[in-house]
Amino acid sequence: MPMAVALEEATVAFRVADARLYTAVEKASLAVAHGEFVAIVGPTGCGKSTLLNVAAGLLKPASGTVRIFEQPLAGLNPQAGYLFQADALFPWKTALDNVAIGLEIAGAPRAHALERAQGWLTAVGLGAFAGRYPHMLSGGQRKRVGLAQVLIRDPKILLMDEPFGPLDAQTRQIMGNLLLQLWTTDRKAVLFVTHDLEEAIALADRVVIMSAGPGARIIGDWRVPLARPRDIFEVRLDKDFHALHREIWAVLKDEVMKGYAQSTQAQSSQAEAG
Amino acid sequence: MSRVTLLALQLLVAIVALALWQFFATVPVFGKVLLPPFFFSNPVDVGSQIVKWFASGVIWKHLLITLWESMLAFAIGSLGGVLVGFWFARQPRVAAVFDPYVKMANALPRVVLAPIFTLWLGLGIWSKVALGVTLVFFIVFFNVYQGVKEVSQTVRDNGRMLGMNERQLMRHVYWPSALSWMFSSLHTSVGFAVVGAVVGEYLGSAAGLGYLIQQAEGIFDVAGVFAGMFVLSAFVILIDIGVTMVERRLLVWRPAAADHRD
Repeated sequence: MPMAVALEEATVAFRVADARLYTAVEKASLAVAHGEFVAIVGPTGCGKSTLLNVAAGLLKPASGTVRIFEQPLAGLNPQAGYLFQADALFPWKTALDNVAIGLEIAGAPRAHALERAQGWLTAVGLGAFAGRYPHMLSGGQRKRVGLAQVLIRDPKILLMDEPFGPLDAQTRQIMGNLLLQLWTTDRKAVLFVTHDLEEAIALADRVVIMSAGPGARIIGDWRVPLARPRDIFEVRLDKDFHALHREIWAVLKDEVMKGYAQSTQAQSSQAEAG
Repeated sequence: MSRVTLLALQLLVAIVALALWQFFATVPVFGKVLLPPFFFSNPVDVGSQIVKWFASGVIWKHLLITLWESMLAFAIGSLGGVLVGFWFARQPRVAAVFDPYVKMANALPRVVLAPIFTLWLGLGIWSKVALGVTLVFFIVFFNVYQGVKEVSQTVRDNGRMLGMNERQLMRHVYWPSALSWMFSSLHTSVGFAVVGAVVGEYLGSAAGLGYLIQQAEGIFDVAGVFAGMFVLSAFVILIDIGVTMVERRLLVWRPAAADHRD
């Protein structure tokens, strides 16, 4: 079975302010099968998003290979749809135009693009909000538009960078269910980054744990034994859910503490230097 | 405060100010007129001068000339500002090379250019347009430059991931962002276009509001100077209302601009 995304020993380094190299991710190997939903969990600042940007082609790894459907990736990944953590909608376009743009730039006639966009807005529950500009929508509604914007192009791979991070707890769960519902109809390969372990287990087929940065590595990989279709609200009450959560948390906790210690240390040394 | 009370109070300020002016310009206080008519004229004379201008129709020619000069200055200055702003923002090396000269040109008080423009372009409208252009250009240029540079990284990445090529990024991302910055400075740049026109006229011309004021001043016709000033302010307010209307239509998508002006 061809892998949708395959990172092999990917190392990513940035040049930071004083010309030192900062290794964000070290020798990470990760494969996502076609139709598989993989969640990456790790402490804050561990380079989860970096890994996602590598899969998207927005970042080039310093070493290692990236293969998309067995083809080495050069430049941007045209098979991937990317749902960003921050607001990424075009603020000067209405919800409808924001969704339609993906088809329009691919050369679809405008009328056709708008019709499809309206369909997608309805699918994410915003059929009546087509004429609104992003600033007139709530955070959750903007994420829905973002989801429709990405999905209308029918990408084979869905990359999601803490997409529901800024939302409140209830809205996150609703969005999670919406995502699962849309994903069930045509299973795309999903790479879903989050810092929320519960969210990861509830959504994914596999949960991958990253260590604290710098030089973050992949340190664990669990298969989620929960049956589909799932309901995010109910799956959290499942016995298997709790067992897996305990097991993963035992590993993750140390990394979270390490990551926390490093971030506070970095702050205090900065304060001393300043 | 209700709208009616507010309007009433605003009117009251004007009435009181005009009444005081009229009073001190005509009635001696302790045997002395505090605002000698030669220097301060009085509201009645100023008002009748304005009425006379409009009744005889002389004023229209001057208003039209000033309006035309302002519009040309605004259009040419904006076009240049947009083009150069875009070019510099997309070509950081060009921007770096020209940076000191841009700063130098912008630091120069534009009034000193008026004699040169008069020399080069004569006493007609084009020397005034040129003065306005030098004012408008820099405002639009800096805003467009900023607008293109400040496009959020996420929005740009999103555009690229949605499959936009460089040209489509330009049209769907950079251009709207730059335009929004330009429109947010619309009031300032339109205002400066008028300033350029009027100052240019004042310094040497054969028509326009600035010319009218300068002529009145030349013969110590203080009522004429004040009348010109009042017509000019009314003119600028009308233009400003027009700009606000245009802005409302163009920037519906922006929260600040939509809510701000009510």
